Amino acid sequence: MPEQPAPCPNVDITVDGAGWSVPAGSSIAAAFVARGHPGWRLTRRRAEPRGLGCGMGVCFDCLVTVNGTRGVRACLTDVREGDVITTERGSGFADLAI
Amino acid sequence: MPTWPSEPRGTPGRGPRHSDVAVIGAGPAGMSAAVAAAQAGCSVTVLDLGERPGGQYWRWGPASDGRFHHGWPAFRALRDSFGGHQAAGRIVHLAGHAVFHVDPPPAGEGPGVSSRFTVRAVAGERERGYAAVEASAVVVATGAYERQLPVPGWTLPGVMAAGAAQALLKGSAVVAGHRVVVAGTGPFLMPVAAGLAQAGARVAAVVEANQPLSYLRQPLDLARSWRKLPEAAGYLARLARHRVPVLCRHAVVAAHGDGRLRSVTVARLDPAWALVPGSQRTLDADVLAVGYGFIPQVELLGEAGAQLRRGQDGRTFAAEAGADQQTSVPGLFAAGETTGIGGADLSCLEGQVAGRAAARHCGHQVRPAGPAIIRRRAALRRFGALLDAVHPVPPGWTTWLTGDTIVCRCEEVTLARLLAAVDLGADDARSAKLVARPGMGWCQGRICGAAVAAIVAGHRRSGRPEGGDLDFAESVVSRPLAQPVPLEVLAEAAQERANRDMAGTPDHL
Amino acid sequence: MSASHHRDVVVIGAGIVGAACCYYLARAGLKVAVIERGAVAAGTTGAGEGNILVSDKEPGPELELAQVSIRLWRQLGDELGPDAELEPKGGLVVAAGPEERQQLDEFAAAQAVAGVEVRTVGPSGLRDLEPHLADGLAGGVLYPEDMQVQPMMAAALMLRAARDLGAELRLHEEVTAIETAAGRVAGVRTSTGGLSAGLVVNAAGTWAGELAARAGLALPVLPRRGFIVVTEPLPRMIRHKVYTADYVANVASGSAGLEISAVVEATASGTVLIGASRERVGFDRTSSMKIVGTLAAQAIRLFPVLAGVRAIRFYRGFRPYCPDHLPVIGSDARLPGLLHACGHEGAGVGLAPATGHLIAQIATGQTAPVSLAPFDPGRFEEPARA
Repeated sequence: MPEQPAPCPNVDITVDGAGWSVPAGSSIAAAFVARGHPGWRLTRRRAEPRGLGCGMGVCFDCLVTVNGTRGVRACLTDVREGDVITTERGSGFADLAI
Repeated sequence: MPTWPSEPRGTPGRGPRHSDVAVIGAGPAGMSAAVAAAQAGCSVTVLDLGERPGGQYWRWGPASDGRFHHGWPAFRALRDSFGGHQAAGRIVHLAGHAVFHVDPPPAGEGPGVSSRFTVRAVAGERERGYAAVEASAVVVATGAYERQLPVPGWTLPGVMAAGAAQALLKGSAVVAGHRVVVAGTGPFLMPVAAGLAQAGARVAAVVEANQPLSYLRQPLDLARSWRKLPEAAGYLARLARHRVPVLCRHAVVAAHGDGRLRSVTVARLDPAWALVPGSQRTLDADVLAVGYGFIPQVELLGEAGAQLRRGQDGRTFAAEAGADQQTSVPGLFAAGETTGIGGADLSCLEGQVAGRAAARHCGHQVRPAGPAIIRRRAALRRFGALLDAVHPVPPGWTTWLTGDTIVCRCEEVTLARLLAAVDLGADDARSAKLVARPGMGWCQGRICGAAVAAIVAGHRRSGRPEGGDLDFAESVVSRPLAQPVPLEVLAEAAQERANRDMAGTPDHL
Repeated sequence: MSASHHRDVVVIGAGIVGAACCYYLARAGLKVAVIERGAVAAGTTGAGEGNILVSDKEPGPELELAQVSIRLWRQLGDELGPDAELEPKGGLVVAAGPEERQQLDEFAAAQAVAGVEVRTVGPSGLRDLEPHLADGLAGGVLYPEDMQVQPMMAAALMLRAARDLGAELRLHEEVTAIETAAGRVAGVRTSTGGLSAGLVVNAAGTWAGELAARAGLALPVLPRRGFIVVTEPLPRMIRHKVYTADYVANVASGSAGLEISAVVEATASGTVLIGASRERVGFDRTSSMKIVGTLAAQAIRLFPVLAGVRAIRFYRGFRPYCPDHLPVIGSDARLPGLLHACGHEGAGVGLAPATGHLIAQIATGQTAPVSLAPFDPGRFEEPARA
């Protein structure tokens, strides 16, 4: 008899300034994909979009900035209540360029 | 299902933890090793990259009820054992920890319980602290990742590893898209496609580059692996029920779209994997879930001095492990896919053997693995080798590429730029990496390394022998840092070392 | 041997120095073959940062050579094209405190007398040059002439230019012996055959001593190990090569133990390279987390913004050094026809064009632009009794 999954509360996060309500236990990458955004990062040389690649932390395509920490692997990281997520070009250090 | 209890990330200035055994990886092999070592009386610290144990095979989330999983009852039992040992304080589980280096015991110390490994990790993908674990025995169960072949358009969002689509489903209950093509080679494609179909995705096709019916040419091994047949038959039945066409000897040779995937080109392959002209067809798809087998993650083992052996295709490496799963470094054990791709059952078995052997290394009275276990492991390894043999990756795929195809995703190196470097004289894998920079980005060549080596080998002047093991291994497998490490974490690791030296403990490295 | 196996010069080694020798020899109209046992830049050049410096050299023969070399690099930059990534970024040497500042100023004054362009920088001026530099430094000296290049690319491009002029590049072939006839060099024997040549150039870098031994000659070139930490790719945050004033003392040190100082610079590809360590441990390839961690700590002290930046790899290289820290350039009196172009320690990239130019001058019987005496291969021998 398959057990009934417990109902999942949502968490509220901000992505590039927009408010998202995402099921708890979802990875940040899953949150993007579920909303129809297969890509959320631009490469640094060609400014081409990237998103979920390997899904397990090996390819570093899925990077986002989370609460100021740059280059976070979205596929490995669950959403947390109040997360402020910004999308990146390269690895997200553009504001430090001189 | 509750959130998983684990230790707080990276308490600054904490100093290294000490335990009998350190287990790196909490997938089937790692969990089994930890439980076995704890059962034998050891203190165990488990370091794992994920937020929850289970690895990739048992990737799960709060909504998981086993519907999309394999061996769910076995996992629940293992997880309960693991949790029991945690509650009793025998297992400490460090989730979200990225191990970047394993220091073997200092030279001059003989093998034994008093000579200690140091396992160093970045604590928390978000928090990025430093954590170190000292242990008398280390089990490396870091699993494997999927092999990708570069094709035109493969960097489009929507193109992902087959395992990535499966992780979305198992871990976050998210279906990757509406119309999915599953492609590549290997027995993994079927469960991925079947799972997606079951979850309501339209799976437009399964595109298998080889002809797995060559199973039938090896009846003896097949007969020994009879337990696996119902599983395979089950997938095929499910795919038939969802009317998913399965194409063999075909491959996705290009992906198309405008900032995201819209369609793929499927073509028939000849035995050398060149595409048969005129056989190309276009399939609409918003997800391409693709994988060409698995590559063991053995960097930590190689850097710690463990002997590695080349895989069948000469482009991947696995750890050499003895009957007790010990590598050539005393006290350092390897279990699961790190010793060679063989699936979850084999991983659990090897994990058990490794955990018990690690306990024995620490001085606990544990009987070595009995003949029944040895036989079963051998049978599972043979089956793994059989699957490997019917899913080769011949180099003909290099003819699918155009000059503009990105070969190295991290550094955005095109085929044309790579070939220009080879023409300049950078005609082995290591030299090509130094000149044109494929493999110099964050992933350090994990995704592109095998592909670059095949391209370089195919392009250089004929008659030149392929580079030796050191050349290739150095360019592809040697990674002194197995994970990116914040400079302040490296600094803290050195400072901790210096503090201990001043306090009189013997100098490590 | 048949005429098709004859060359005017055989250069052994296709690193940056061998490539430069080949290039200038080919330009001088000689028939050259470069023989390399690996691929291009397989040795220390592959571990190089690409430094082209005058800043770290005290007045003397090496500085003179560097000054000639920098002029040649500027010309090469145009000829080789943008793929070589030659960048005239300048070097900034910083002093931690007033005492170090004074030593640095004296050093720079002496360099200025020798013709090096120097500009002293007060503590407040440092941040104008490098906005992310730490507070509290005592000032420094800017060396506008310092440059950086991508060394593996530069070597490969020089070799291609040489091949366009008729030179031959033979990779994955090892020289097993230097052949002699009537007391002179006659050619080389290799793993796949051989070549006859009147001149042989030993540009085998850290293995130059080993190669000389195959000709029965002693040449004290030994490895000095260094680690470099490489960060994830970043937008431009650091403009110059920046290093601390204790760097020069470490280079000149005869100590076998660990010498470590802070050197930080960006690259065209976006990574930041962090050095520098020097040890005499033979060819030991094992990693040292302690050294790597110390390099990281030093870099953070110079540039606090780097604290959260991640290292994605580190690697080690073996600099070829001689006991007096000067390279070996010139004819070996013990074996006419044998020239050496090796032992450049950490300055191989910077000094390569001048070395190649000198070798070409010698090979064509012309006068060298600098005195070769300090670089004489025979300088290590015991003086002959009268």
